[in-house]
Amino acid sequence: MSTVSDSQPNPPTPSKIRYNLQEFLDGTGGTVLYFIAILLCLIGAWEGAKFIGQETDYQFELGPIKINLSMTRDLNMPHLKDIAEALSKPSQRQGPPLIEILVKKATYTLRLAIIGFAIGTTIGLALAILFAHSRLLERGLMPYVVASQTVPILALAPMVIIWSEKLFGSREIGMPMITAYLAFFPVTIYTLRGLSDVPPTALELMKSYAATRREILWKLRFPNAVPYIFTALKITAPASVVGTIIAELPTGIQDGLGGAIINFAQYYISGPARLWATNFVTAMAGILFFVTVAFTEWLVIRWKRPSNRLDRWIDTFFKYLRHISPISND
Amino acid sequence: MKHTRRGLVVLLMLCLVVVGAFRPTAEHKTAQAQDLTPVRLQLKWVTQAQFAGYYAALNQGYYEEAGLDVEIIPGGPDISPQQVLAAGGAEFAIDWAGSALASREQIVNGGGSGPVNVAQIFQRSGMREIAFTDSGITGIPDLEGKNVGVWFAGNELPLFAALVANDLDPEDPNDVNVIPQAFDMVAFINGELDAAAAMTYNELAQVLEYVGEDGTFPVYTLDDLNVIDLNEVGTALLEDGIYANEDWLADEANQATAVQFLAASFRGWIYCRDNPSDCVDYVLAEGSALGVGHQTWQMSEINKLIWPSELGVGQLDPELWARTADTALTYAVIENAADENAARTDLAEAALASLTEAFPELDVNGTDWVAPEVEITPNGE
Repeated sequence: MSTVSDSQPNPPTPSKIRYNLQEFLDGTGGTVLYFIAILLCLIGAWEGAKFIGQETDYQFELGPIKINLSMTRDLNMPHLKDIAEALSKPSQRQGPPLIEILVKKATYTLRLAIIGFAIGTTIGLALAILFAHSRLLERGLMPYVVASQTVPILALAPMVIIWSEKLFGSREIGMPMITAYLAFFPVTIYTLRGLSDVPPTALELMKSYAATRREILWKLRFPNAVPYIFTALKITAPASVVGTIIAELPTGIQDGLGGAIINFAQYYISGPARLWATNFVTAMAGILFFVTVAFTEWLVIRWKRPSNRLDRWIDTFFKYLRHISPISND
Repeated sequence: MKHTRRGLVVLLMLCLVVVGAFRPTAEHKTAQAQDLTPVRLQLKWVTQAQFAGYYAALNQGYYEEAGLDVEIIPGGPDISPQQVLAAGGAEFAIDWAGSALASREQIVNGGGSGPVNVAQIFQRSGMREIAFTDSGITGIPDLEGKNVGVWFAGNELPLFAALVANDLDPEDPNDVNVIPQAFDMVAFINGELDAAAAMTYNELAQVLEYVGEDGTFPVYTLDDLNVIDLNEVGTALLEDGIYANEDWLADEANQATAVQFLAASFRGWIYCRDNPSDCVDYVLAEGSALGVGHQTWQMSEINKLIWPSELGVGQLDPELWARTADTALTYAVIENAADENAARTDLAEAALASLTEAFPELDVNGTDWVAPEVEITPNGE
């Protein structure tokens, strides 16, 4: 600091700075920046539409077309500020703030969604493994698997709930079933693709070594399918939250987000912002589930990304586990 | 292989999360005494003061005193109480007479056993058709040529009957433009409907509770509304009654259970008449998102539909039953006249008798009951 030596590297040139900026935009910083920029655009679109509506008295003529903007009234589209405010205010006199109630309800819904997700994933994987090994089964059953997804789940849900009540004496058992019904399909389709889509040369090599079916499955097909499976799981995770809410509706159970949606829809004019706030929390629950799955994918599929400090930390952790574990001495 | 091992550990951790999710939450399912008879009651809609009497009977221990372990099951938008009864998902259900008769006919035609009205809690109808005073609509004849909101799925009958009685054809848009109405009052407040269906205990209150865009309150008071009472028009149909399945009732032991259940439920409703604020608390305890002001209003309006009960609480007025059945027949909700087994009064009579015998001081008619003043709160909070 005190000496200015000639041997110091050259000060960064403008091109170097540009390069760093490029690097920043390509990395995590860019993701955050783009996310914020798009968020601001969305906020601007929402509030802008409301502003235009207000200024034009909710209708104007664009040439021959009459445009009705009455859907931008506060009753239909509350200000975002009001939605945020609704979260912080209690919905019930002397009650806790709405966000507290909604987070509790989201926990309930997420819990059921995880159960349904797990059941659906298990069934989806099992079917895919079955189909990968039997062309006959695949051809015979696949049409039914596809058909199952064309049945409107909304019509099916009340029946499943009533059957669940009759069979198990509990409606809560039926709810993850409905979620699983929605969840298994992408898992089956993607996993099957991953199991079948192995390099022919690798398969030939395995066969030339006289590998058994099971060995081919676990050492070749399954590792090959892992990225496909995670793609499916990332589709399934937010869908599980939606599926659980659909399952909650006919039960009348008030503990989850479904109950909150019914309630705030019924009392919509007594607080439109509350229904929007509930929608927001529901979306957040879905995103949280998605991010968890995406993070798990990042942890598992290491061979597709450069190693970093967190990886080394995790490696140390696993080495430690192996160290204290009495069974693993290899 | 290192990767596989890592994957396995992650999988194991995921499994732990799932197992954690499976762990049952601490339910209020306490160990019940062995000798209590388990009974399930299916409500017509989600928990609200409309069903306060049953929650009162539960919380006051009336059901337990009667030897019953009662589970109250809330309803929802896509579930019909008759469907639950038919599937054996509940022993009792709250339903409206029109929809109960319709499903009874279908089930009986299919060789099954249909719902039977065993008690009639609401003695009069809470359904109204409301309009703003400046619309000039003061009665059914004024609906000619107007946009009239109606709830369908069986709830349209009272208004359709009233329109026909005034020579207006609900099917003919030149006579009256009937518009299916959602369960919120947005379309009415936005002026898209000239008149809208409203229950006194719910939607009517929501209009009064409405807070204007600039925060003004009240925007509307009862003076701004013309309320057409379908009880006065003479086409109102029976609303909340207690129903049980016919084959379940064939068993004499079940009949005894029904009498016990009805007597305890009647006591619950009497309690809510005399202690409305307690009953509102019971309801709020079940629904953390419900508005206190709105439920207080609803409790009061529900009491008005029950009290006074001239024949005694829960007793079915045969004349009203006949009117409901006739209207259902006229509008082809049912194809054949309702059979005489569709309602029975003996169980409710026995329940009332047992109640007056056990508690001679209990007022089961509420003839002198006066509805308390209830303040309308902004947004029903």
